[in-house]
Amino acid sequence: MIKSRIQSIGWPRIIIFGFLLTLSITAIGLGIPMDQLLSSTLVRVGMNGILVLAMVPAIVSGIGPNFGLPLGIICGLLGVLVTIDLDMSGYSALFTAMIISIPPAAIIGAGYGWLLNRIKGSEMMIATYIGFSSVALMNIGWILLPFSSPETTWPIGRGLRLTISLEGRIASLLNDFWKIPFGKNQYIPTGMLLFFLLACFLMWLFLRSKAGVNMYTAGVNPKFATSSGINVDRQRLIGTMMSTVLGAIGIVVYSQSYTFLQLYLAPMYMAFPSVAAILIGGASTRKASISHVIIGVFLFQALLVVALPVANEIMQEGNLAEITRIIVSNGIILYALTQARKGD
Amino acid sequence: MQKITKDYSGVVVLKDIDLEVGEGEIHALLGENGAGKSTLMNILFGMSVIHATGGFQGEIHFAGEKREISTPLDAMDLGIGMVHQEFMLIPGFTITENVKLNREITRPNVLSKVLGKQLDTLDYDQMNSDARNALDILNIGIDEYTKVAGLPVGYMQFVEIAREIDKENIKLLVFDEPTAVLTESEASSLLEAVKILADKGIAILFISHRLEEIMDIADRITILKDGRLVDTTNKEDTTLVEIAEKMVGRKIERMVREVRSSEDKPVILSMRNLKVDMPGEMVLGVDLNIHEGEIFGIGGLGGQGKIGIANGIMGLYPTRGEILVEGEPLQLNNSRASLERGFAFVSEDRRGIGLLLDTSIEMNIVTTAITAFDKFIKRFAFLTQVDQRGIRQHARQMIEELDIRCQGPTQHTRRLSGGNQQKVCIARALTLKPKIILVSEPTRGIDVGAKKIVLDTLIKLNKETGMTVVITSSELAELRSVCDRIAIINRGVVTGVVPPDASDAEFGLLMAGRKRRAKQND
Repeated sequence: MIKSRIQSIGWPRIIIFGFLLTLSITAIGLGIPMDQLLSSTLVRVGMNGILVLAMVPAIVSGIGPNFGLPLGIICGLLGVLVTIDLDMSGYSALFTAMIISIPPAAIIGAGYGWLLNRIKGSEMMIATYIGFSSVALMNIGWILLPFSSPETTWPIGRGLRLTISLEGRIASLLNDFWKIPFGKNQYIPTGMLLFFLLACFLMWLFLRSKAGVNMYTAGVNPKFATSSGINVDRQRLIGTMMSTVLGAIGIVVYSQSYTFLQLYLAPMYMAFPSVAAILIGGASTRKASISHVIIGVFLFQALLVVALPVANEIMQEGNLAEITRIIVSNGIILYALTQARKGD
Repeated sequence: MQKITKDYSGVVVLKDIDLEVGEGEIHALLGENGAGKSTLMNILFGMSVIHATGGFQGEIHFAGEKREISTPLDAMDLGIGMVHQEFMLIPGFTITENVKLNREITRPNVLSKVLGKQLDTLDYDQMNSDARNALDILNIGIDEYTKVAGLPVGYMQFVEIAREIDKENIKLLVFDEPTAVLTESEASSLLEAVKILADKGIAILFISHRLEEIMDIADRITILKDGRLVDTTNKEDTTLVEIAEKMVGRKIERMVREVRSSEDKPVILSMRNLKVDMPGEMVLGVDLNIHEGEIFGIGGLGGQGKIGIANGIMGLYPTRGEILVEGEPLQLNNSRASLERGFAFVSEDRRGIGLLLDTSIEMNIVTTAITAFDKFIKRFAFLTQVDQRGIRQHARQMIEELDIRCQGPTQHTRRLSGGNQQKVCIARALTLKPKIILVSEPTRGIDVGAKKIVLDTLIKLNKETGMTVVITSSELAELRSVCDRIAIINRGVVTGVVPPDASDAEFGLLMAGRKRRAKQND
């Protein structure tokens, strides 16, 4: 009975949760303010949620975790840049950015999906390098694209800046919507969390639709799907497109909360935390659900948020903050990947 | 030379088999798929599967002495060799290199004197002349330095044989269906070579499905059936018909009393020169007419192409030819078209194609109906949602009707027993309300009780709804107990369509590839 319960939750989740609990207790012991930890955990959940959700259509359609997420992220960045160039701000800018980024994300996603259909079986490795090389390619793009707003371009020479402030544009729009303050200067980013949950709900509806059943079937058993008259390649293509589009929308939400737009090398490694989060949440490389997204993004981000100050308190000499951050986040990613299961 | 008595624990797959092969004798071993031939050979070679599953009882005597053969290496040391059905050759190597693989003749050199024998120089001249010798024994004029890649299949078989006879101590050579992949002329030169080997005093154990070639070369014949020894006879004392009869003959219990004649009913499905490119089950031009409302059986030995027919109809493997459904041509290579024309398919690969293993029983049952026919779908403007309640209700009904033993409609199918998994597959097919249901290997790997229920279900369906049922099965007895007519497939073509009460001998001959001449030979 207990054994089957443990099995249904899964050991990796129990271990991660246990680790998180230990860290939290240590944090309290060290006198680190909990309200601050809670608030930044919630903010980070909202920021990363949709990027993690982008993994769902990819996994469900059978291409596995979408390591090529930077493709979608680049489209989202483009969307925001266009709104700044058009001198837009506020909610209209936010939603315009999302809407503008959808068509390029869909087109690029389709091409990416077409490619993935030709390399069945080694999607993960190839997707990773597609992500990497697209980032490299866009490094040239960021320099050459004809953006002219002084906010986004270097004052001297040509090309876009490394980081672009979104202050006065779309910064913190969703975070501040219906925000609930608590503790000392802390708040719950209600708007952003609601937006994330809305996206989750729409995805949930999709998975229960006929199109969702088609995609699910193609993903879990391509042969079964073929014999049921489903065009498996088409489902994989649609899944990849949806994932790329969600990546674009996800980065818009992420950036408005971060209040900066990060170009050039920043999108390079953004797929890994999202992949790790959904795997920690209990997804396998063939099966994923909304609950995996929500549990996963919470566990992953909470761990990251809590581990940092604790580590800094314990090892006080020098400035180890950045190094600890890298060790902890890559450690979790590594653990998640070793736990990735092939279906079962 | 050898006397074996074996019994294999757990499920008895071999019971009290005696097999004796004399020096220079060609001894044929016959039996249907699953008769126990391969298990017997595995025991002879001390394969690890045998020891991992609890060993065996009985004794092996070789050259007059009792021997323990616990690894394939032991068998090799004794001088037992095997020519495999699938070639175990390295394509990029020459014939010599393949023949001498891991038994290379070497000369020491400077480096190897210091660093050990592994670095010895290969003595190609000696190796080539050895390989030449072996090929000469087989009467093969091919050059020993040719690369194996690109050789015709027949020659590869000879390279395998050359490798075995090149071993100096070879005393017993086992051929496992050596002619299965060969053309007729290749096969006959192989048989010649086998005779030459026997004349040199090597004992030959020859496994084959082709009765004619066995009658041609064998000195003695042993027939296995269901893990039991049926008979060992001298070739002179028996006939082809008698062997065929012994190979397939068993008591048939008809589950349907009368054999119905459906000749007067309209033809619902007809195949014209159907070719299906399914690896291992090639269909090479099948013509069949199946009448409305009949239970039609497709039988034959494994690998002959019977499985390919249903898979071809469903568009799962590249298919050519013509299929007519109720007189109208069916679009080939299109699963959706096949579903829409009223076919439903219960695959022989239950866990691979037939089921979504980590998905609930209810979704397994309805998925195809959803994806192909928009059933169990509710529409809200442009949005669709699955009809949970409808699915649950339908699944419960199916679980009850087919008596699927499970914890409930939401249980995953992975943990179900084979029989219950098969029932889920059938439930999925029935949900499509098909006109023709194609069932492949419906009882493979399921227990006796479940077998009966599965077959009963098919009979009941056929009776009550008039659904046309096409059963493909390796178990002839099963086909003969339920079908109205049975087509036997051999080497990708139909060798005959006979009623289930035809004689054992006739079935045996058809399965061995003798076209309808069977009757005249009686």
